[in-house]
Amino acid sequence: MHFLDITRETCPMTFVKVKLQLAKMSSGEELEVILNEGEPLENVPRSCEEQGCRVLSVEDCDDGDGKHRIIIKK
Amino acid sequence: MSGHKKISIVCFSGDFDKMLAAYTIATGAAATNREVTMFFTFWGLNALKKNQGHSWLGKDFLSRMFNFLMGGKNNLPLSRLNFGGASPKLMAGMMKKNNVASLDELMEAASALGIRFYACEMSMHILGVTKEDLIDDVQEVVGVATFLNESEDAHIIFI
Repeated sequence: MHFLDITRETCPMTFVKVKLQLAKMSSGEELEVILNEGEPLENVPRSCEEQGCRVLSVEDCDDGDGKHRIIIKK
Repeated sequence: MSGHKKISIVCFSGDFDKMLAAYTIATGAAATNREVTMFFTFWGLNALKKNQGHSWLGKDFLSRMFNFLMGGKNNLPLSRLNFGGASPKLMAGMMKKNNVASLDELMEAASALGIRFYACEMSMHILGVTKEDLIDDVQEVVGVATFLNESEDAHIIFI
């Protein structure tokens, strides 16, 4: 399982970091991403699915900051 | 899947803030599965010079003077409130403080994302700039016809 925290990144590096990380991984590997609600939460999972990945889960980290954890399978 | 959605960005302006806008759109588009081409022409070429400061590129007196005065990536002015070149440095500091990617980081990301870089043959000819004067990311020096062919089914953005 690969891990990426993009909660301190801003647009467009949120998308860029995820895209470049996925590019380094082989098919079948999983990536855990911590991201903020709003633009990253709305668009990162969608963008991953568009490029043929599967979003296995999306869950609220329940830390009061709106952070979410998603698991993506390449 | 990628391959369907295409964006072509004409980077005409050599202003720091406009170059930031161009690279933000370019990297954001490439990261969200679009095929991206950046076409650099006139003042936009300054961002791609290998020599990032003032240098005497060119083939005659005027082109050498133009290139020296314009400089490279480190000399891009802000389109408003430039204050003799002080503002881009202040702006870069504000960006860093707010965790926004710098122009260098965006340019690096653009390269890693496989964005296509074309440089304009005609403006390079006028300014006496050769392909060897530009960074290696520049794949080809092309004319408007090639750019338009490549952008046939793309959205074209002019910055």
